[in-house]
Amino acid sequence: MSILAPYETVIGLEVHVELHTKSKIFCGCSTSFGAPPNTHTCPVCLGHPGVLPVLNRQAVEYAMKAAMALNCEIAEWCKFDRKNYFYPDLPKAYQISQYDQPIGSRGWIEIEVDGVRKRIGITRLHLEEDAGKLTHAGGGLGSLADYNRVGTPLIEIVSEPDIRSPEEAKAYLEKLRAIMQYCDVSDVKMEEGSLRCDANISLRPRGQKEFGTRAELKNMNSFRGVQRGLEYEQIRQAEILESGGEVVQETRRWDEAQGKTVSMRGKEEAHDYRYFPDPDLVRLHIDEEWKARVRASIPELPDARQQRYTQQYGLSSYDAGVLTASIRLADLFEESLKYTSDAKASANWIMGDLLGYLNANNLELDDVKITGQGLGEMIGLIEKGTISSKIAKTVFKTMLETGKSPQAIVEEQGLVQISDESAIVAIVDAVIAANPQSVEDYRGGKEKALGFLVGQIMRETKGKANPGLVNKLLLERLKA
Amino acid sequence: MSLFDLRLSEVHDRLHHKEISVADLVEESLARIGETDGNIQAFLTVDEEGARKQAAELDSSDGERGLLFGLPAGIKDNIVTEGLRTTCASRFLANYVPIYDATVVDKLRRAQSVTIGKLNMDEFAMGGSNENSAFHPTRNPWDPERVPGGSSGGSAAAVAAGQVYFALGSDTGGSIRQPAAYCGVVGLKPTYGLVSRFGLVAFASSLDQIGPLTKNVEDAAYVLQAIAGHDPRDSTSASVDIPDYLSALTGDVKGLRIGVPKEYMGEGIDPQVKERVLEALRTFEAMGAVWEEISLPHSEYAVATYYLLASSEASSNLARFDGVRYGVRAENPANLLELYRRSRSEGFGPEVKRRIMLGTYALSSGYYDAYYKKAQQVRTLIKRDFDQAFGKYDLIVSPTAPTTAFKIGEQVDDPLTMYLNDICTIPINLAGVPAISIPCGLAGGLPVGLQLVGKPFDERTVLRAAHAYEAQTEHHKLRPTL
Repeated sequence: MSILAPYETVIGLEVHVELHTKSKIFCGCSTSFGAPPNTHTCPVCLGHPGVLPVLNRQAVEYAMKAAMALNCEIAEWCKFDRKNYFYPDLPKAYQISQYDQPIGSRGWIEIEVDGVRKRIGITRLHLEEDAGKLTHAGGGLGSLADYNRVGTPLIEIVSEPDIRSPEEAKAYLEKLRAIMQYCDVSDVKMEEGSLRCDANISLRPRGQKEFGTRAELKNMNSFRGVQRGLEYEQIRQAEILESGGEVVQETRRWDEAQGKTVSMRGKEEAHDYRYFPDPDLVRLHIDEEWKARVRASIPELPDARQQRYTQQYGLSSYDAGVLTASIRLADLFEESLKYTSDAKASANWIMGDLLGYLNANNLELDDVKITGQGLGEMIGLIEKGTISSKIAKTVFKTMLETGKSPQAIVEEQGLVQISDESAIVAIVDAVIAANPQSVEDYRGGKEKALGFLVGQIMRETKGKANPGLVNKLLLERLKA
Repeated sequence: MSLFDLRLSEVHDRLHHKEISVADLVEESLARIGETDGNIQAFLTVDEEGARKQAAELDSSDGERGLLFGLPAGIKDNIVTEGLRTTCASRFLANYVPIYDATVVDKLRRAQSVTIGKLNMDEFAMGGSNENSAFHPTRNPWDPERVPGGSSGGSAAAVAAGQVYFALGSDTGGSIRQPAAYCGVVGLKPTYGLVSRFGLVAFASSLDQIGPLTKNVEDAAYVLQAIAGHDPRDSTSASVDIPDYLSALTGDVKGLRIGVPKEYMGEGIDPQVKERVLEALRTFEAMGAVWEEISLPHSEYAVATYYLLASSEASSNLARFDGVRYGVRAENPANLLELYRRSRSEGFGPEVKRRIMLGTYALSSGYYDAYYKKAQQVRTLIKRDFDQAFGKYDLIVSPTAPTTAFKIGEQVDDPLTMYLNDICTIPINLAGVPAISIPCGLAGGLPVGLQLVGKPFDERTVLRAAHAYEAQTEHHKLRPTL
């Protein structure tokens, strides 16, 4: 029996999402990623004496859009507060955030794990500014500060403690990413830090109402890292409880290389942030008209699209879920349907060959050159019998790598299927003549011999023979 | 007679007729500083080269002239000036050269005044005597043994000593008006939000306002006209239309209703100061205004409220002085914490440290509700007192400060007594309303200031009343002998 069996895991996630506004939240500097250090800075984001923040309305709209997509209530009035702490990546020594009046609150999203759908509550969504980036140089050179990222708008999304397993946590995070992507408010790339996740996790004996003592988990830098960190932590806590010990309330860091969590600081070392309303900013009023305008800009979201795919295209809920988990994938799928009516075929090519290729090569959809039009037209070529499904695999791979149209690939590489009976008959006869033993075996009842003969014919035709015709003609000859 | 004793329109006439040049004005300013500042010590930085260059440019320019064309100006050293050292009178920023200009500095440039230099103050505007300057105290031109007031003590002393035509100061709890009173000049604190704070090194963001210090009310109106207005870089600056302040100076106060709060005329107010204020009220009466005693009952909590709120904001505003990017950085710190501790210990003076500690404490978890939040609630009550009074009265009149200028060193070991110098001025900042201090005579040979407080954004009434009073009296013409 698992050590976890007597316990229920309780998880809440705090997710930070960088909003991809053109300029920073409180000044006009660019937010673009990857510029030389400290080139996207000004007196305001460098925290020089005398500067004042001015709120970027685009950031507010993105936050509203995200909050609405997460089914949050939008505050009519909210304010910004200062979160005070010293660190060299924070030029003002306070972060402008929202303490007790977030833009969004009381939302929810639905996740699906092992075919079971479940609602996860969103406690709040608030707007704040990002800090800079420190690089600790070796050789006693100290630390280097890059303030380009200072003032990039962030939303922090805090879930209710409704998550019950690391799998659910991963599903929640993936759904959150998909929604942000659909809303087009962020790049949501964990590797680049535009999506970051901290977790609170505790265990309680099954049936107990009160929560156990929780640990806060930080530094999980990938979706897999989140799941692994939580898996490790729930077992660590279970072992403590099983041995009669008590879990300590503390902040722990996930060490990806060692595959374990380590203590960062205890409860008593927790910061006192001395939050108070930022007197440099006025209260933010969000009226109905503004809300309505932002609401109208929200596109069809993943859940709705998934449902539509099952109804409109007869896809399974699972397949529709995979396709809609990423808006790029879903858009590719829908684009292909302008060129073919076989939605299932398109879905299968995307989920099988495309995702397989991306996973095998550790690539993102952006890294390959396939288009929806190419995919749709390729399916058309199979339907017309111009190429076989087998040849199509070669064509598909070439499309991924070159972005060329399937017609062009077929012509360039001479991949057109041989559907001329007389041409195939000649090869069938030659193969039969060359393999008398196999012919005898088949006629003696060994069905496997047929496959061998088909393989020989395909080899002779470099795979271009129409497989249906080959089968038909071969059987005619063998039964003759 | 100094060119600086001429009315502004007279100076402009002479410039227009080429009887004098901007260079003459600047040379007069520099000469006067040369003669007197060894004693007064109003300046922290004199930009001779920059001032002469500006003067030459203005003298050779033609085209439309700015509102403050050619007038030599001093700027309090907590207002940032690009390329010109801005210290806030703190060791921390002793070598800090700003990389941008404050909005008011941009506006002065457009109005074509000439920046002569940067003026002494209490460190980070914390104090009422200029004794908290990290560099040297400024002396009162009326008596070098006495303080000029603060925190804009350098600004008031420079105007009183005729070193500049006008000066800019900042006022968080009385820091323009109290030194104006002590030095016998005019000091105006505008309505919160009327003048941009962008580029004013923040002490207490919800209270700070920039305003002019001048020799007379008309000049104050000119300077205000030049610096007021909405600034998109300051979210707290008000989107209001800026009226013509000069046209308000009609000399007519007939029917003006004045309230005199008893809380500002009672215990702690020097009898001679009180007498000057009563004389002033009789002058207003003679001009056709009416006055009566009123009550602003929550004023007694104003000083306590102010020291909680201002210190709380300051503790956060001054956190950026961490030794990482500019200003003092401790040598060879063992670690990050030591870098912070030592840089801040070395860079800040005792009063600044006291207020940072007070504010940090007031905002700490467990104390926030009892101190910061409670103080905010009291602030609302104080504001309500003023709202109610202004339902009935056009103007509130009081002494600016309970006493005249005190002696250097007299209160330096007694911060609580020092804080009480601001009892008449602090409530005005908490309420966010405009107020002016104008000279209303002498007590014991030292100037007394009369404070006129107006409705929000009603600087016109404040200026009109102050100007009418000034026209009836000679107090503003009194000059210290140096």
